[in-house]
Amino acid sequence: MTELTRRQILATGAAIALAPGLTLIAPAHAKNAEDPASAQNRWGLLIDAAKCAKGCTSCVDACKAEQGWSSQGRPQTDPQWIRKIALRDPSSGRESSLPVMCQHCAEPPCAAVCPTGASFKRADGIVLVDRHICIGCRYCMMACPYKARSFVHEDVHGQRPHMPRGKGTVEGCTLCVHRVDEGRLPACVEKCPEGAMLFGDLNDPASPIAQRIAAETTTRIRQDLGLSPAVHYQGV
Amino acid sequence: MKVLLLALALLLPFAANAADSLAPYVPKGQGEKCVEDVEVMRRDHMTLLTHQRDKTLREGVRTKTHSLKECIACHVVKDGEGKPVTIADERHFCRSCHGFAAVKPDCFSCHASTPEAQKAER
Repeated sequence: MTELTRRQILATGAAIALAPGLTLIAPAHAKNAEDPASAQNRWGLLIDAAKCAKGCTSCVDACKAEQGWSSQGRPQTDPQWIRKIALRDPSSGRESSLPVMCQHCAEPPCAAVCPTGASFKRADGIVLVDRHICIGCRYCMMACPYKARSFVHEDVHGQRPHMPRGKGTVEGCTLCVHRVDEGRLPACVEKCPEGAMLFGDLNDPASPIAQRIAAETTTRIRQDLGLSPAVHYQGV
Repeated sequence: MKVLLLALALLLPFAANAADSLAPYVPKGQGEKCVEDVEVMRRDHMTLLTHQRDKTLREGVRTKTHSLKECIACHVVKDGEGKPVTIADERHFCRSCHGFAAVKPDCFSCHASTPEAQKAER
């Protein structure tokens, strides 16, 4: 093979020297298409609530556009992969705003309760719904302490080819698994105007996310449940 | 019996072109040939797709050879305005045969039956 394709170059995960002093750093997490997800990786997010602007919904909008879901103004039945929540400390009046989505737990209760095995955790820690075998019982929605999943109540048309969605099944944040496998960032992380979201490999001590979690004070929602979520928060 | 079936299978594509034939008109895909022999695809495409879906979704293997997305992209049928037709249209590649055989594929209650806009352009 004389010529490397862009994918192959990305897949090497190496830093490529274009010219002296100019280096293109390819994403370290791109994998070959034929390789399965590896347990050596554990994909996660670090969300800095101090940077997250109140009223900004860029991450939610990015998710809708990328995954092809939308709100019909019916909050009871609308799908919701990611939502912005506002927090207020009643004693001090301090307000903060942050996005909440599937927390991609190391011990996902959704997978534990699923009667068909449709809810599962991939080797690299991404929690997904296999909608081929999902029967729409919604046990996972009840088990999830983060209200991260939603049920598709209505017929769906115009799905994105990379994200099949259909009535009668449960869905939730996939951590943009189709992008992660290509070495790209999740859509919400890419579109956050404040740079409040950091994506990376929690298992790699050299990754920016692991270094920040090691150096700074971060927290996870409902740590007391012992689910070990992959989504970390800061400044909450 | 086998010889007769073989002869039928060989004649079917030609018969399909005849306007008065009852056989389904199967639109041609792009490119020179399919990822597998036509006989294999006719008999086993569902098995290949099922195997691929489990490898992709559950293991993260993203090879394209037996991917439904690639089938849809290659076998796209366009309407008079150059827009790809969906499974709701009788001219759709999957529909043309499945309609004839009266077998309803479940794929498209979730999966897109047309390629992404920029892919359809090529």
